[in-house]
Amino acid sequence: MSEPSTSRLRFALRTPVGIAASVGLAAIVVLAIVGPVLWSDDAARLDILAAAQGASRAHPLGTDALGRDIFYRVLVATRLSVTLALISACFGAAIGIPLGAIPALVGGRVGKLVTGFINLSVAFPTLLVAIFVAAVAGVGARGAVAGIGIAIAPYFARLSQTLSSSVAGSDYLAAARMLGVRRARLLRRHILPNVAEPLLITVTIAVGDSLLALAGLSFLGLGVQAPQYDWGRMLSEGLSQIYVTPVVALGPAVAITLGALSFVLFGEVLAKAAAGGGGVRWTRSDLSFVSLPPAGDGADARPVPGVLSVEGLTVSFPGGAVPVRGVTLEVAPGEIVGIVGESGSGKTLTAMAIADLLPAGGRMTANRFSLFGEDPRTLSDGQRRRLLGRSLAVVYQDPMSALNPALRVGRQLGEVAEVHDGLSKAQARQRATERLRSVRIGNAEARVRQYPHELSGGMRQRAVIAMGLMGEPKLIIADEPTTALDVTVEQQILRLLRDVTASGGASAILISHDVAVVSQLCSRVFVMYAGRIVEELDVAKLVSGPAHPYTAALVASVPTMRSDRTRPLASIPGRAPGPYDDEPGCPFAARCPRASERCRREMPPLEPHSPTHRAACWHPLDGLEDVAV
Amino acid sequence: MIHLVPGDPVRAALGPTAPASLVAERKAALGLDEPLVTQYVDYVRNVLHGDFGTSMTTGESVTDVIKVRAPATFKLAGIAFLVAIFVAVPLGVLMAALTRDSRRRGLELGFTATAGGLAAIPSFLLAVGLVYLFAVTFQIFPVAGRAGVSSYVLPVAALALAPIAALARIVRVEGLRVLGQDYIRTARGKRLPARIVYVRHALPNTLTPTLTLAGLLLGGLVAGTVLVENIFAWPGLGTSLVQAVAQKDFPTVQALAVVFGTVVLLANFAVDIALGVIDPRSTILES
Repeated sequence: MSEPSTSRLRFALRTPVGIAASVGLAAIVVLAIVGPVLWSDDAARLDILAAAQGASRAHPLGTDALGRDIFYRVLVATRLSVTLALISACFGAAIGIPLGAIPALVGGRVGKLVTGFINLSVAFPTLLVAIFVAAVAGVGARGAVAGIGIAIAPYFARLSQTLSSSVAGSDYLAAARMLGVRRARLLRRHILPNVAEPLLITVTIAVGDSLLALAGLSFLGLGVQAPQYDWGRMLSEGLSQIYVTPVVALGPAVAITLGALSFVLFGEVLAKAAAGGGGVRWTRSDLSFVSLPPAGDGADARPVPGVLSVEGLTVSFPGGAVPVRGVTLEVAPGEIVGIVGESGSGKTLTAMAIADLLPAGGRMTANRFSLFGEDPRTLSDGQRRRLLGRSLAVVYQDPMSALNPALRVGRQLGEVAEVHDGLSKAQARQRATERLRSVRIGNAEARVRQYPHELSGGMRQRAVIAMGLMGEPKLIIADEPTTALDVTVEQQILRLLRDVTASGGASAILISHDVAVVSQLCSRVFVMYAGRIVEELDVAKLVSGPAHPYTAALVASVPTMRSDRTRPLASIPGRAPGPYDDEPGCPFAARCPRASERCRREMPPLEPHSPTHRAACWHPLDGLEDVAV
Repeated sequence: MIHLVPGDPVRAALGPTAPASLVAERKAALGLDEPLVTQYVDYVRNVLHGDFGTSMTTGESVTDVIKVRAPATFKLAGIAFLVAIFVAVPLGVLMAALTRDSRRRGLELGFTATAGGLAAIPSFLLAVGLVYLFAVTFQIFPVAGRAGVSSYVLPVAALALAPIAALARIVRVEGLRVLGQDYIRTARGKRLPARIVYVRHALPNTLTPTLTLAGLLLGGLVAGTVLVENIFAWPGLGTSLVQAVAQKDFPTVQALAVVFGTVVLLANFAVDIALGVIDPRSTILES
C-alpha cells in the first residue's frame, strides 16, 4: 500500500464508522481465539434443573433445552462461526478469481463463454445456490462451506473479470506481452498486484456475507450439525422456544448481526479509504426551488412600466460568494440586448436571478426589480408562476441536457399550455405542433411523438425555443443558446431568435461570451466583468469606440477576415477576480494596461458618456473623446 | 446431479439396513441403472412434459408437490415484492425531495442510517425479531402458519423490509441526481407545479437503476422465502426444499432447483423487458 493510501486508511479508521467497525472486528477476532479456550467448560456444563430458562442473573441470555448457558455458548461459538465464514470466503475467492481472470488472459470465444457464465451465475441468489450445493456435497459444516464458497464465487469472478480486463487494456501489460512474458507470470507479476487491493476489500465483505449465509444454512439445519454449534444453529434451537423464553433466540441473532456488520462495515471503510476518503457526495444538487426574497427595507418597490427594469441586482451564496454585484439593467419592449463577458463574469447568474431560477442557496437582492410592470418579489407563488410561466421564456445553453430524456417532445411543450392556459391534452398537442412548425422544424406532426434523443442538437434547441413560445412571451432570455452547437447551426438559431422576437413583439436578453454573436443580433450591449457591469453601449459603438479597456480587449480578441494571421490571436492576460474576492478598486485594474494608482484604490462608478453609453472607468479610451466632446 | 453425490444416495435414503434387492429395485424404478446420457435425456424430456419424477422419501409425484406448494411461495414473494416497490419508490422520492440541496441534514442522516442498517440485516434475523415483537410480546399477529390475511403480515414484512430499505436508498440517491439535472431546471423554467416537476419530470428518470436493482432483489426475495417460510412454518416450496435436502430426497431437490432457477431467470428477463418499455433510450426494443 502506498504512502497516501495508508494515511487515507488511517483517516478512514478514525471516522465513527471506522472506529465501530475496527472495534467490532477486533472483538470478534479476540473472541474467536480465546473464547473456546476460556469458556468451553462453562458452555458445556449441563444444568438440567435450569433448562430452557429465560434471562437471569446466573444466565444473562438464558439457557438451552439442556440447561447450558447461552451467553457462554454464544461466545464460544464465535470461533466456529467466524472460521467457517473465513474458509467459505477464501474458497469462493480461490474459485472465482482465477475464473474471472480467464477472459482477460485467454480472450476469444472461450473468454466470452466464461463471461456469459459469470453474468448468468451472478443473477442467482447466494443462499439458493448454497443450499443446492450443500445438498450434493452432503449436509453438514463441510457441505455448507463448499456451498457458500461456490455460491459467492461468481461475485469474485465478476470483480476479477472487471479488474483484469481493465488491467489487460493497459499499456504496461501490452508491453509485457510484446516482450513475450508467459501467461502464468503475466498473471502473477502484472495483473494480480494491480488488483490486490479491491480483492482484499471484497474478501472482507465476503466474510461478513458468508457469516450470514452460514448462519442461515445452520439455522435451516443444513449447516453445522450437533454436537457442534455455531450461531445459526443456536438461533434455530432458540426459535423453537421463542414463545417461552424469547431471549434465547435474541442472543445468537444479535451475535450474527453484529458479527456480519463488523466485517461488512470494515470492508466498506477499506473501500472508502482506497477510493480516496470522501466517496461520492450526493447531498449537493445544483438546483433548487429558491424563491425570491421579498423587497428589503428602503428599497424602491415601485414597478416601472416596460419589460424589465432592475437596479442594484446582487446575487450571493452562503459562504460569502457574491458572483453578481449591483447590476442595473433595463430592457425596453421589442428590444434585444446582449450581455457579454468571460465565463465566470456573472452574466448567466444575472439572467437566472431575473428568471427566478437561481441554483440552490443563491440569494437575490435588488433595490428595484420590475418585470412586466410588476415586482415578482411581492407576488404570491401562484401569481408569480402564472406571470413568469406565460410571459417569460428561457433558452438554455445546452439543448442536449435541457430536454427531459424520458418524455416525448410534444408532452414537454404541451404541458406549458395545459398548466398555464388550461388547454386539453389534444389542444396542447395541436399548439405544440404549430409552434414546432413556427421554429421551422419539418414534419412537426411526427416530431411531437419523438423523444429528445431522436432529434439533432440544432433541432433540440429549436424545440426549446418553441417551448418558450408556447405562452405569449414578452421577454426571452437566451443563455449562450449557440455555444453547444456548430457554426452553421449557430447562424440558423440566431436568425430564428431574431425572427421570433420580431414576429411576437417580444424583447430578448442574449447572453454570450462571444462579441461577434451579440453584435449580430442586439441593439444594445452590457459588458460584464467580475460580477459588475463595466460598460453599456450601442452595438455600433462596440466596434467603433468602446470606452472601457476591457470591452476593447474583448473586441480585439475576435478574429476577423482582416486579422494579421502572422501574429498570435489577441488575448487578455491575467485572470478575473473570483466571486469571493473583495478588493477595493477596479476589478480589471490588475489586467489593465491603463491602470493607475487610483484604479487600484477606488472603484470607478458607471458614468454616462452619452445618453446611450455608460462606462465604469477612470481612464476611458481615446475613441470615446471623439464622441463625447 | 444425483451422480455428483458421494456414496450411494438410494442406499442412504433407504437406510443401511435395507436389503440389497430393495436398493436395486428402487434404483431400477428411478431409472438409475440406465446409462448417464439416457437418464439425462429422459429427465429433460419428462421435465418438459411437466413430470419431475417421484420423491425418493415419500413416493409422491414431485410435480404434484410443486403444484400444491408453489402458489403459497409465489404469493408470499409476489406480495413482498409489490409491497417493497410501492413503499420504497414513494419513500425514496419523498426523501430526495425533502433532503435535496443539503437540506434537513438530520433527517438525511437518520434515513441513511436506518435504511443502511435495515438493508444489512438478513430477512431471517428480521423475521425472528418481528416474531418476538409482534407475535410473542404483543401477540398482534400469528406466530406461524398460513391462515387468513393476518398471517401474511409478518412474513411479508420480514421479506420486504430489507429490499424496501435498499431500494429507497437508491431511489433517493437517484432522485437527488435527477433533481440536479438541467431538464429539471427547464421544468422549473416552465413554472410547472412542484407535483408535476417531481412526478412527471423527475420520477421516470429514476426508474432505470431502480428497476435494475429491483430485479436483483426479486431473486433475493425468492431465496429469502426459503428461510422465512421455515421460520413461519409456511406451507410453500421453501419448507419442502429444506426437508428434501435434509432427507436427501434428490428428485425433489433437483426439481426445486429447476423451478427456483427458472423463476430467477424469468424475473431478470421481465426486468429487462420492463426497462426496454420504460426507458426510451434503451435499444432492446429499437428494432
